Amino acid sequence: MNDVTPSPTAWERDPSYRLFLTRYTELRWRKRMETVLTATVLALLVLISVVFTEFYPNRLLTGAPRVGEYFGKLFSVVPQTGAEPVPVLAWGHLFGGVKEPQSVAYWFYRIGTYATLLWQTVQMAIIATAMGFTAAFALSFPAARNLVATRWLVFVTRRVLEIARSIPQVVLAFILVWPFGIGPLAGILAIGIHSTGALGKLFSEVNENADLRALDGIRATGGNWLTQIRYGIVPQVLPNFLSYGLLRFEINVRSSTIIGFVGAGGIGSEFKRVIGFNIYEEVSAIAILILLIVMVIDLASERVRARLIGKLAGEPAR
Amino acid sequence: MSGTIRLDSITPAEIAAARARLPRLFAATWHAQALRFALLAGAVLYLGYLHWLFEFDRIFSGFDRLWLILRVMFDWSHFAEWDHAEILRSMAETVTMAFLGTALSGLVALPLGFLGARNVIPSRVFRFCTRRVFDVCRGLDQLIWALVFVRAMGLGPIAGVLAIFVSDTGVLAKVYSEAIENAEQGQIDGIRATGASRLMTLRLGVLPQVMPVMLSQALYQLESNSREATILGLVGAGGIGLRLSERIQINAWDQVAYIILLILVTVAVIDTVSRHIRARLISG
Repeated sequence: MNDVTPSPTAWERDPSYRLFLTRYTELRWRKRMETVLTATVLALLVLISVVFTEFYPNRLLTGAPRVGEYFGKLFSVVPQTGAEPVPVLAWGHLFGGVKEPQSVAYWFYRIGTYATLLWQTVQMAIIATAMGFTAAFALSFPAARNLVATRWLVFVTRRVLEIARSIPQVVLAFILVWPFGIGPLAGILAIGIHSTGALGKLFSEVNENADLRALDGIRATGGNWLTQIRYGIVPQVLPNFLSYGLLRFEINVRSSTIIGFVGAGGIGSEFKRVIGFNIYEEVSAIAILILLIVMVIDLASERVRARLIGKLAGEPAR
Repeated sequence: MSGTIRLDSITPAEIAAARARLPRLFAATWHAQALRFALLAGAVLYLGYLHWLFEFDRIFSGFDRLWLILRVMFDWSHFAEWDHAEILRSMAETVTMAFLGTALSGLVALPLGFLGARNVIPSRVFRFCTRRVFDVCRGLDQLIWALVFVRAMGLGPIAGVLAIFVSDTGVLAKVYSEAIENAEQGQIDGIRATGASRLMTLRLGVLPQVMPVMLSQALYQLESNSREATILGLVGAGGIGLRLSERIQINAWDQVAYIILLILVTVAVIDTVSRHIRARLISG
């Protein structure tokens, strides 16, 4: 090896090598300092957060067994009255009859109530999405810079949409429960208002990217602003709008499952009740149902969206 | 034939051919019209059903009460008497909850992301199982996790941190494993060609490629979690949500408006800071 590589002294004497070496050490040192600084800042922030949230190990340790307890109780039997429950997870239990406390049938014995509530939850999502879609559709045109000459109108519409989407939905629902009473109506309005804000922003962005030549064509034939929008813009943006609307629907199904936590209808209120009373079987039953319904709706909506986009791609460019 | 217009002798077959070619130039056929009418009637009936199901009449009786609430909301004449120390402390609690939850989930999601990536663990069964676990963590809403942890840990921000941690781990592990799967194979092969062990290949071949993506995703989650953290208190998981729900329950609408405004400002500040850091991360 020694006959191939130059001797260390020869390397050291080379000025370009020395320059490289100083630059290299300098860079490396700087990088290391940067890492140390970032790590220190992060550690400090974590420390502050731990103190503020009382995230102490001893509290975690006292609480942690109670999380496991849930599954223990879910899959355990009491051999005699008064005895300690024995954890059991067996197919025999799982597929036993309605009387068997660990069976799936026992978990779901109130499936009728759940089905009604889930149906209501999905209907809430549908009507709220429809409301949000309609309002966002109407507001997206005055919120598009390229369609409206009046600057203040664009500004005001945009701020309205911004406020509508930045207030947390659950908070909105909690507030609306006071004027509109406990029940799905408050939830629908809250989700609808939030959807208006979220969709309105997306729609106005679609509008701003629309091709204005069609609009100019309508204007040339003497169409007013409404007809220009109706025949010049709407046909090209509608497929995009629908796709965003479906995506929003998926999100709204999730929201409507939890909006009941504050009394605004749907399966959420029932879920909160069974968690509060520690009815283990029903908690897992509802959790599974919520997961299932969300998955089914996601898959269905994904299909429709794929078809919508496929149709778009299949259409000849005009 | 083409180019000449023969108004006198157009055969029905020609009309049908033209209709097939350019259907939208013709008036709708009677069954298309019937279908359209049926759809419209169905929509009206459905709306009527929803109207009955959700008692939409209550909207009209609610508006005067809503108006009353709105009027009280913007009357801040008692501003000096509010418990500002408590409100600001809770706001800080919310922000720290979001930060700690996101930081922990980022740490835990890193190894989980590797376990869920196709190019790290080739086993299909294993990957299917890990992915489903992420799905469950992600699929149940943060508010549901908060309820679960409030039962286990008691009221307070610790339940909120855990709720954010669990649901966020599901999100980040999924995104991380996708980022790892999209890592360029050439660099990985290069490291492996030097005789590096499996762990070193991941450390030197994969991690440098995906680190900026991971950090920016974590920051993005921090933004979203700080929004979510504001409502976790509504179910007792600490933070500003708890104060908000107290104020709503005693109908202190002026303070409700103030707290909402505070939330909006805080979230906007976090968004701005995080967006700057993300832009720097991505540009290098």
